[in-house]
Amino acid sequence: MTERLDGPQTPRGDGDAAVARGASPGPDETTEATGGTASVEAKPSGTTHPALDDVATGEDGTTSSAPPALATGGPAAAKVSYGGSGNLGPSPRIAVFFLLPAFILLGAWVVYPIIYSIIRSLYDANGGTFVGLSNYGAIFSDSGTLSTIRNNLIWVVVAPSLVTVLGLIFAVLTERIRWATAFKLIVFMPMAVSLLASGVIFRLVYEQDPDKGVANAIITSVHDVFASSSGYPGARPRENDQAPVLVEKGAVVSRQPAQAGQQVLVPLVGMKPEALPSGAAAAKPASAAPGEVAGTVWLDFTPGGGTVNQMDGNEKGLPDVTVEAVSGGAVKATTTTAPDGSFHFAGLPAGSYQVRLPQSNFTQPFAGVTWLGPALITPAIIGAFIWVWAGFAMVLIAAGLSAIPRDALEAARIDGATEWQVFRRITIPLLSPVLLVVLVTMIINTLKVFDLVFVIAPGSVQPNANVIALEMWRVSFGGGGNQGLGSALAIFLLVLVLPFMAINIRRFRRDQA
Amino acid sequence: MTTLTASQPATAGSAGAPKRGVLSRVVDKLGGGLVQIVLIVLALFWLLPTLGLLVVSLRGDTDNNSSGWWTFFTKPAQLTFENYSNLLASGFTSSFWNTVAITVPATVLVIGIAAMAGYAFAWMEFPGRDGLFLVVIALLVVPIQIALIPIAKMYGFLGIFGSIPGVVLFHVAFGLPFAIFLLRNFFAGIPKELLEAARMDGAAEWKIFATVVFPLAKPAVASLGIFQFLWVWNDLLVALVFADTDAQPMTKALQSQMRQFGTNVDILAPGAFLSLIIPLVLFFSFQRYFVQGLLAGSVK
Repeated sequence: MTERLDGPQTPRGDGDAAVARGASPGPDETTEATGGTASVEAKPSGTTHPALDDVATGEDGTTSSAPPALATGGPAAAKVSYGGSGNLGPSPRIAVFFLLPAFILLGAWVVYPIIYSIIRSLYDANGGTFVGLSNYGAIFSDSGTLSTIRNNLIWVVVAPSLVTVLGLIFAVLTERIRWATAFKLIVFMPMAVSLLASGVIFRLVYEQDPDKGVANAIITSVHDVFASSSGYPGARPRENDQAPVLVEKGAVVSRQPAQAGQQVLVPLVGMKPEALPSGAAAAKPASAAPGEVAGTVWLDFTPGGGTVNQMDGNEKGLPDVTVEAVSGGAVKATTTTAPDGSFHFAGLPAGSYQVRLPQSNFTQPFAGVTWLGPALITPAIIGAFIWVWAGFAMVLIAAGLSAIPRDALEAARIDGATEWQVFRRITIPLLSPVLLVVLVTMIINTLKVFDLVFVIAPGSVQPNANVIALEMWRVSFGGGGNQGLGSALAIFLLVLVLPFMAINIRRFRRDQA
Repeated sequence: MTTLTASQPATAGSAGAPKRGVLSRVVDKLGGGLVQIVLIVLALFWLLPTLGLLVVSLRGDTDNNSSGWWTFFTKPAQLTFENYSNLLASGFTSSFWNTVAITVPATVLVIGIAAMAGYAFAWMEFPGRDGLFLVVIALLVVPIQIALIPIAKMYGFLGIFGSIPGVVLFHVAFGLPFAIFLLRNFFAGIPKELLEAARMDGAAEWKIFATVVFPLAKPAVASLGIFQFLWVWNDLLVALVFADTDAQPMTKALQSQMRQFGTNVDILAPGAFLSLIIPLVLFFSFQRYFVQGLLAGSVK
């Protein structure tokens, strides 16, 4: 008997039949009859422990005294029912003894605090004065807490769906590779790691300096591969009155307005010839066709000589410089320079134009993304959250995928459905109970998110990243000292998870019925 | 078959047709190589952050300030255990033992108390049983924030604020709903003939629980145990509120260093890595139970 109960637990065939059962009504007898792996199930919705569910069903089938309720099998088999042949169960007094430790703890540590917090939230910071609902009013009128709520909203909308979609993609992709086990272990591993350690890990990942943070190291090297020639930091005109161009608000502009048919010279200095991109060609005067403004941007510097403001033989043009034709303060046309530094504005309306090289040409090289700044802090922390939870979603969804009856898929294929149609119309609907479980679990998690925000957001940007759970701690313990407002925030958090409480209860009742 | 993927191929043979993924067949036609590459890149994305922490923890301060950790691929000589020996000499070990002193009792107590309650819910009849169990299910999702202020008050009154027992009891109480839920469902599946036979023999209820039911529940207890262990070991918030400096676990000790993140990576990185070694070892040894627990009750 022990073997029978323990045995099926060992192979991890979990969820195989379970999800199918969840999706289609009634247990699939053939799957269960394959014994071994198939008899072990775990239902992601997790209301009855299905492993023994099956054992119980099997037992009832062979025992004539089994009450009819059990003989029907399925989830109902797990429902406890006492047979007709005299109730041998213990008296309720013994039950009290078994339940007492749990109920003392649950009562004093969980239920009583809920009641206490409701009352406490109606009093002021010190608890001396009754203030009615004004703590709740403060939550919804203070701009700090409002942005906290907005951040939580972003979390709830973005993170659970991303985790679920990513888990689905991983589960589908790993179905056919040989090293699926290794992949799953790698992706699943962060679940064992504390959120604090994850936070430290991602503080390192998000370091601003591309020589320290791996995220910016990757981004800057990718950026440099595709856009290495875009910037000329340090390039500038000569600072004298003979120079045809001058600096104005960081941009380089022509001193004299140019008419159609005229040529504009843009000689620049301030950078080394070696720093030019390898594609740069010798600078050539650009001949302006009628009705055209043309010109050349080049490095007007020859080591040991050369004429100022003239293109000497060895001087090279600056490729890919953005050039604007400006008239009356408005940009009329934009172009970029050729490898020899020349540019042409064709088809400009008659008039005089100022040629301008905007500041973006001369900015410092790309130094990566400011992950931990006020603008990106919440997306950055959501990234860490996804890193932690994608494995959870993947494992649950993979269990669901493997439980989908092959027949249904094959039938659809024989009927001529494309793979995408099969996936969209059959797999996804059959998976939907599992997807819903993942989504709901993640929503509850994001509502309560605390550690990651607390650890990853540097102190100065923490107000920008703040979430309700963190604000509750800050207000009550982290220096705020306002336990009235803290209690109100805790109750607010509880109210937010109430719908999921209801979902759990309903799901349990349905499975028991 | 003891690994995560065991869920996949086992049934394929018995089902007749070869098991085929859905999208994977599309992807097959595009070339399996692409999938391999994508998955390798993804695996790197998941691996690199932790690897980075490990390498950073093994590099000297000057190295960490001047170059990226990935330079160790070309210059492995820069690795040193200096950070670890400094950390262990600095008294970090006491927070390690605090973590152990909090986690082990909190795990054992939850299993014991929840097993008793789960047994009562599964196999005893008493008035209001179903209603009470629904209450337990309702408590599954209650955020711990709700209890921080009231329990801090209560601990102050009892004189255990800041102490390890206070932290343990808090973890036990908030671990109970999930534990009772999981074990009750497992117990409910035990064939009732087994219990009836024992009861017919006149065995005391306590004895049936301890000698018949509880031993059968080993897999469920293992799942629950590893979950509770990881949950408590990795907790920060409860420790932040209820553990004072003498009782603080590793998470709180490390958190107090976060403010000077830039300057004390040599403490944070090895500390964070030490704190995650035991969970990782547990995870790799018992991941089967971990996944089972996950599938059995992903509601918390």
